[in-house]
Amino acid sequence: MRGATHARWAVCAVAAALAATACGGGGDGGGSGDAGAVLSASWGDPQNPLEPSNTNEVQGGKVLDMIFRGLKRYDPETGEAQDMLAEKIETSDSQNFTITVKDGWTFSNGEKITAKSFVDAWNYGAGLRNNQRNAYFFGYIEGYDKVHPEEGEQSADTLSGLKVVDGRTFTVKLTQKFSTFPDTLGYAAFAPLPRAFFEDHAAWVAKPVGNGPYLVDSYAKGSQMSLRRWDDYPGDDKAQNGGVDLRVYTDNNTAYTDLIAGNLDLVDDVPAAQLKNVRNDLGDRYLNTPAGIIQTLAFPFYDEAWNTSGSEKVRKGLSMAIDRDQITKTIFARTRTPATDWTSPVLGKDGGHQAGLCGDACEYHPDEAKKLIQEGGGLPGGRFTLTYNADTGSHKDWIDAVCNSINNALDDERACTGNPVGTFADFRNQITQQKMSGPFRAGWQMDYPLIQNFLQPLYYTDASSNDGKWSDKQFDDLVDRANRETDNAKAVGLFQQAEGVVRDNMAAIPLWYQNGSAGWSDRLSDVKLNPFSVPVYDQIKVS
Amino acid sequence: MGRYVVRRLLQMIPVFVGATLLIFLMVNVMGDPIAGLCGERRCDPATAAQLKKEFGLDKPVWQQYLTYMGNVFTGDFGTAFNGQEVTELMATAFPVTIRLTVVAILFEIVIGIALGVVTGLRRGRPVDTGVLLLTLVVISVPTFVTGLLLQLLLGVKWGWIRPSVSSAAPLDELILPGLVLASVSLAYVTRLTRTSIAENRRSDYVRTAVAKGLPRHRVITRHLLRNSLIPVVTFIGADIGFLMGGAIVTERIFNIHGVGYQIYQGILRQNTQTVVGFVTVLVLVFLVANLVVDLLYAVLDPRIRYA
Repeated sequence: MRGATHARWAVCAVAAALAATACGGGGDGGGSGDAGAVLSASWGDPQNPLEPSNTNEVQGGKVLDMIFRGLKRYDPETGEAQDMLAEKIETSDSQNFTITVKDGWTFSNGEKITAKSFVDAWNYGAGLRNNQRNAYFFGYIEGYDKVHPEEGEQSADTLSGLKVVDGRTFTVKLTQKFSTFPDTLGYAAFAPLPRAFFEDHAAWVAKPVGNGPYLVDSYAKGSQMSLRRWDDYPGDDKAQNGGVDLRVYTDNNTAYTDLIAGNLDLVDDVPAAQLKNVRNDLGDRYLNTPAGIIQTLAFPFYDEAWNTSGSEKVRKGLSMAIDRDQITKTIFARTRTPATDWTSPVLGKDGGHQAGLCGDACEYHPDEAKKLIQEGGGLPGGRFTLTYNADTGSHKDWIDAVCNSINNALDDERACTGNPVGTFADFRNQITQQKMSGPFRAGWQMDYPLIQNFLQPLYYTDASSNDGKWSDKQFDDLVDRANRETDNAKAVGLFQQAEGVVRDNMAAIPLWYQNGSAGWSDRLSDVKLNPFSVPVYDQIKVS
Repeated sequence: MGRYVVRRLLQMIPVFVGATLLIFLMVNVMGDPIAGLCGERRCDPATAAQLKKEFGLDKPVWQQYLTYMGNVFTGDFGTAFNGQEVTELMATAFPVTIRLTVVAILFEIVIGIALGVVTGLRRGRPVDTGVLLLTLVVISVPTFVTGLLLQLLLGVKWGWIRPSVSSAAPLDELILPGLVLASVSLAYVTRLTRTSIAENRRSDYVRTAVAKGLPRHRVITRHLLRNSLIPVVTFIGADIGFLMGGAIVTERIFNIHGVGYQIYQGILRQNTQTVVGFVTVLVLVFLVANLVVDLLYAVLDPRIRYA
């Protein structure tokens, strides 16, 4: 026994000694209030190649937000779309837009940003040949059907609706009226691209060049990206720190451990398992604010059983059988907020968020739930399954809780059961092939903070993310009218009416709004999360 | 000897083909990989078709497999979904995992065999019982518990090491993860060595060696240990493959960007090229390690000859 322990302690001591010297070498020697100091932050490996129109998830989006600035930018606090590179965007009919680019902006390699920088980038993004995941963002622009046909080869290289007028001006012609189009231009897919992108694409992807407050210093794919402040950045949102080292973590638990041990400055996804310790560990160096993400339960409307007359009563009943308050408290430790409408609080009142729109139907009324479901003809087949993917997130926990809640309300142990699917890819596969036999997990992270983005892609007939294939003439008409409306406030009003149709039919059950969370070391101050739950890196101060 | 090696190398071919085909089928059964590529939103059909064409997923599985195998023999393992060549991923992942495996194997050899010899020679004594108990504990506690516990104690509470391994993954940072990775195998090596030593201690040749008046350390290292190592070498040889492929848990805990991490990512994103590519190489490692083990038998025990 003694021999054994001796050996073990010797090993540990050696490990410690070696590691200590290793740590000592990489000291961070930043003084207090040092504007040149670099911070380290957790990161995940981007799923797709890093190109503005090819990045559709948060991790790649983080980088694009640091190295690119577009025509518009969403205010990190209010989410409001404000002019960035756009001097003015003019329209008289909500269909033809004239965009003037501000003077004096360049890419970090010195190239001037002109109208052509945008037009070329958008043509590239829309082109079918380039396989861009976000190509559909350009779908409203005239000529999209030639550049990105549903089937077959593309018959044109450029969108006919885009025209360069002069160095700083270009026009956009849409196929239909779309009043809030200018406000969508803050999305990363609409970023300008330098010539280097087209001339040496491989080199650009290996080390992207943009026009934002940071430039890429080095990029080791899969492990780390070092971003440094671009000193000649012409915008007024200059970086307040010397740079950011984004480190890829295999597991957000490890990132959190590193933060606690003092090896990492910023974690933007506090793991669920640590939520009960986080106040203790970090005190007020922890942030938990709503993001533009809503979680819902969608229904397979292509299945006869779920699309009978009166089935909206069943859906409403199910909604009433879910104890949102209890679940967000016990399972999510208040990092979710029970939903009372189908948008998100980040939109604000003027943006179209209506707290309480859902009313009674989103509150827990077990007795009424049972009654409503019976009135609506009962559950199809007497019982149903809730499908979800079991590989990421802690979906199993809350799905089981939702089922429990429903079963308790209905006094039936077997009314609802979870139906796990192994991988996200397979889950998406079954959804797109319309194989769902009962409700399934759905989530929506907004592309831009507009009420339009919470409704049209999800509930418009045959829209890109209308996974349940819900279809309602009245809803479609209201959305069309809203898009035609030139007055912003009126457009929002019409969208809200459309949301009322979603409510009356309970097209999907809203569950909760997801919060973004972040924790940071005592070297940092002014840490904020934007409405997309991404840290506003350029405002972070390092001492 | 030469003919034996050739025969063994030829035997590897069907194993290799079978293993890769199985993996290929398994990954394909999981569904359409492109479906997960666009996030919660459905890929638009044109882009999805284009992506499928780019990754060769529009062809029947057997054709995909043939193309794939054809490419593998020219050293082309395809492209991962993020646009990186799989060979490029391998070039970054394998050196890290090999370093980790070397550390783990060294722990097994040095600590495992030493403990095994000590306990084998003192069977039934308190040292023996103690070590046996200890190995029982190590075997019964799952790796992720050992790993997280050591990480918390050494990394966070006492601050002796960095809780996570940096992206360069130098040897010194891999000592603790290596120990954690080795822990269970180490316990088995100890037990195997102990049994083997205890058994051979009473054999005639050891008694003869002692009777000849050879010094004790010579009896143990040259005679006793050499003959007792055959089962241990077999175990360690097979373990090389297990450690490289089975490092997923350890690599996740200590943030090591090695083979386990790449395979995990590949499975999560259902990236056929990554998963099949890495597993193909792992199968080769397994086969070669087993061959080396078999050849080592002859070194350890000259009575074993390969015609």
